[in-house]
Amino acid sequence: MAAITFTLNGQPQTVDVVPEMPLLWVLRDTLGMTGTKFGCGMSLCGACTVHIDGVPTRTCMTSVSSIAEKEVMTIEGLSSDGNHPVQQAWMEVDVPQCGYCQSGQIMTAAALVRDNPSPTDNDIDRAMRNNICRCGTYQSIRAAIHRASEIHAANGGA
Amino acid sequence: MGIPFEKVDRRSFLKTGALAAGGLLIGFNFPGRHLSAQTGNGNGRFNAFVSVGTDDLVTVIIHKPENGQGTITSLSMLVAEELECDWSNIRWEFAPIDRVYGFPLQGTFGSTGIRSSWQPLREAGATAREMLVQAAADRWGVGTAECRAENGAVVNTVSNAQLRYGQLAEAASQLPVPPDVALKPASEFKLIGTPTRRLDTMAKITAQATYGIDVRTPGMLFGVVARCPVNGGSLRSFDAANARAVPGVRDVVEIPFGVAVVAENTWAALQGREALEIAWDEGPNANLSSAGIRNTLASLAEQPGAVARNEGDSAGALAVAATRVEAVYEAPYLAHATMEPPNTTADVRAGSCEIWSGSQIPGLAHSSAAAAAGLEPEQVTVHTMYIGGGFGSRGGGNVYAESVEVSKAVGAPVNLVYSREDDLQHDRFRPASYARLEAGLDADGWPTAWTGRVACQSWMGLRNGIDREAVAGLADVHYSIPNVHFEYHPPEIDIPTNFWRSVGHSQNTYFAEAFVDELAAVTGKDPVEFRRRLLAGEPRLLNVLNVAAEESGWGDPLPAGRYRGVAVTNCFGSYNAQVAEISIENDRVRVHRVVCAIDCGQVVNPDGVVQQMQSGIVYGLSAALKGEITLDRGRVQQTNFHQYDVLRMDEMPVVDVHIVPSNESPGGIGEVGTPAIAPAVVNAVFSATGKPIRKLPIRPEDLA
Repeated sequence: MAAITFTLNGQPQTVDVVPEMPLLWVLRDTLGMTGTKFGCGMSLCGACTVHIDGVPTRTCMTSVSSIAEKEVMTIEGLSSDGNHPVQQAWMEVDVPQCGYCQSGQIMTAAALVRDNPSPTDNDIDRAMRNNICRCGTYQSIRAAIHRASEIHAANGGA
Repeated sequence: MGIPFEKVDRRSFLKTGALAAGGLLIGFNFPGRHLSAQTGNGNGRFNAFVSVGTDDLVTVIIHKPENGQGTITSLSMLVAEELECDWSNIRWEFAPIDRVYGFPLQGTFGSTGIRSSWQPLREAGATAREMLVQAAADRWGVGTAECRAENGAVVNTVSNAQLRYGQLAEAASQLPVPPDVALKPASEFKLIGTPTRRLDTMAKITAQATYGIDVRTPGMLFGVVARCPVNGGSLRSFDAANARAVPGVRDVVEIPFGVAVVAENTWAALQGREALEIAWDEGPNANLSSAGIRNTLASLAEQPGAVARNEGDSAGALAVAATRVEAVYEAPYLAHATMEPPNTTADVRAGSCEIWSGSQIPGLAHSSAAAAAGLEPEQVTVHTMYIGGGFGSRGGGNVYAESVEVSKAVGAPVNLVYSREDDLQHDRFRPASYARLEAGLDADGWPTAWTGRVACQSWMGLRNGIDREAVAGLADVHYSIPNVHFEYHPPEIDIPTNFWRSVGHSQNTYFAEAFVDELAAVTGKDPVEFRRRLLAGEPRLLNVLNVAAEESGWGDPLPAGRYRGVAVTNCFGSYNAQVAEISIENDRVRVHRVVCAIDCGQVVNPDGVVQQMQSGIVYGLSAALKGEITLDRGRVQQTNFHQYDVLRMDEMPVVDVHIVPSNESPGGIGEVGTPAIAPAVVNAVFSATGKPIRKLPIRPEDLA
């Protein structure tokens, strides 16, 4: 066991766990933050995506020791009340069905919209192809990302 | 899925009770069908669908679990339509287990959510409305004819006075239940048929939706189970010393399903399981392989089987046919691969058992937990959670009993989770099917005989030697063909099977519709024209075919390298036609566009219908292009998404859904989109290559 400190959704966080424990399970089981989902354990499905220093990252294969002193943002920290442009667009388009993959989809999309103010369909394909949705919400996700980029621009790209 | 749902008794009498906090509560009471467990206090509080609070909020009790198919929203719409309440005042909660909600088969399956709720939930809303109107009339000392319910209030049409539902709820709850209530004609619907946003979206995009896997209770531990890799095997011996040495592991226990490792977190449990040393007795299925299974199915299909349907004289018609067309079609085993792996949290104590799970059939979860806990039904509580994808997988199964056994053994609440590997290797699968088909055509190329023999494991047991699902969509062919003969063989193969979105139609619609294109091609007939003539007696199916053909521009020239294919299906009370537009690129099929025409009768939420059709198409397309579970030495060979791949964003076609207006009774929608996509795509490939594809998934060698 070892004490590891990082920033979680803007707040300092220290955990005392096995250093090789994946961040996914630290979030879900140690800290009880269950918005980040387990889907495959092999970085194949994207359900566990969070931002680490702003980069969308699969937490199921990211050891907690590797994120020491870094900034972690989960779905819980994306906005205080669901008003992030991506969440607003997800509401407008009514994207989720079962909803289980959507935390990962939203976190990946949030990074895309931040880095690419007007993503093309090809950009969306590239950014989102490793986030699996078994309910098949892809068409809605595509529409919502285009809408989110409009909202993002209207907000001054902040 | 194929489970015949119990039709709700329309004359069921209604019961009310006062809410503890005051207000009106309406429920259906089915005489003699109570589960004593959660209605034991006799006040009827648990057999309710609707309550109206003094705060004006309306709570709808959702008795059909939410897999993503939109039941929370659509069932609430049924109540709100008749209740005349403000939609923004609708709240909801999942139902407890009770016969009033369908126990023991309380749940969602067979695309029956709307079909079985259409009448009773509108009646629940209408009954509450009538009682609120009566309460207002009493308050004003006028007749109910002078009162009108409107937007969450009762209006006095003479004085224009108004009383909100919240002001009336307490008095209304004291009134006798009206024996009959009139339901609105479709022409007066304000909400039903209107595109309506889901009630669960905000929760699902802000991490507020709690799925079964997210349940956290005080003192809870996390568990995984090591199971024999071969179905039907058993534990010989195990050594837990290394597993117990893994930091965070709290206990290792033998349960009837294998060896459970329980830890402070899921990861430690997984590491502990890795460290177990286990000897299995692999049992009688240790040599099972996909090749052997195929041989079994193929040899059965050579022999006479149980007759599923015999119409006319097929042998005679074949003997005089101008052309006989024979083909063998095959479909593989498939896993469900829901995004949320199977899991259940159980807390077993002396004399009680609580479980938390996203189950499609919480009634079966309840029974399973009670049996495993060795408790009476009334000692067991089931908490229905959000479900991270069902598709037929979350009906029965071992996961409830496993979690109960583990909690019982370790004396603590346990969140038991399947890894993705556990899920794929220990799923209960859509069975493989092998169909030998033969048709006779007359001199003009029109079919005179439609025959076949299907070898396929049963889903739900045999009735007169037949599992109807195994021949659904084949034996009951919807085309007008005078002579039909179908036979069925259930092979003796010990692989657990389960409903998989659209059940038998998931493979049989592919067999039938691809074979129909082969028949049309014999005399060079256009696939749509061929179907049109044969569907003259099926107006709803013909109509969706025509809509899909028109909307897809069937017959219009396509860009070079693009091809179209069509398929139709009639299942779960609905009618669907799809036209797929494809190209072949780098030995792969690329589906560019799918035009989908759906007649599902009266639509409740059009947005929900569009979502479900898109969803069903993606699910079927994943299987058509990629899906296959294979076995070697009794073991499932696929372990995770790299070996059981599914459709991804960059492979997603544009799906255009066209809803055909209809006032017919509502049909099912959850499964209806899945069957037609595989044949629409393979028929497009057939159009491109001139070679039929008779086995799924589509392989590169099929495309040359």
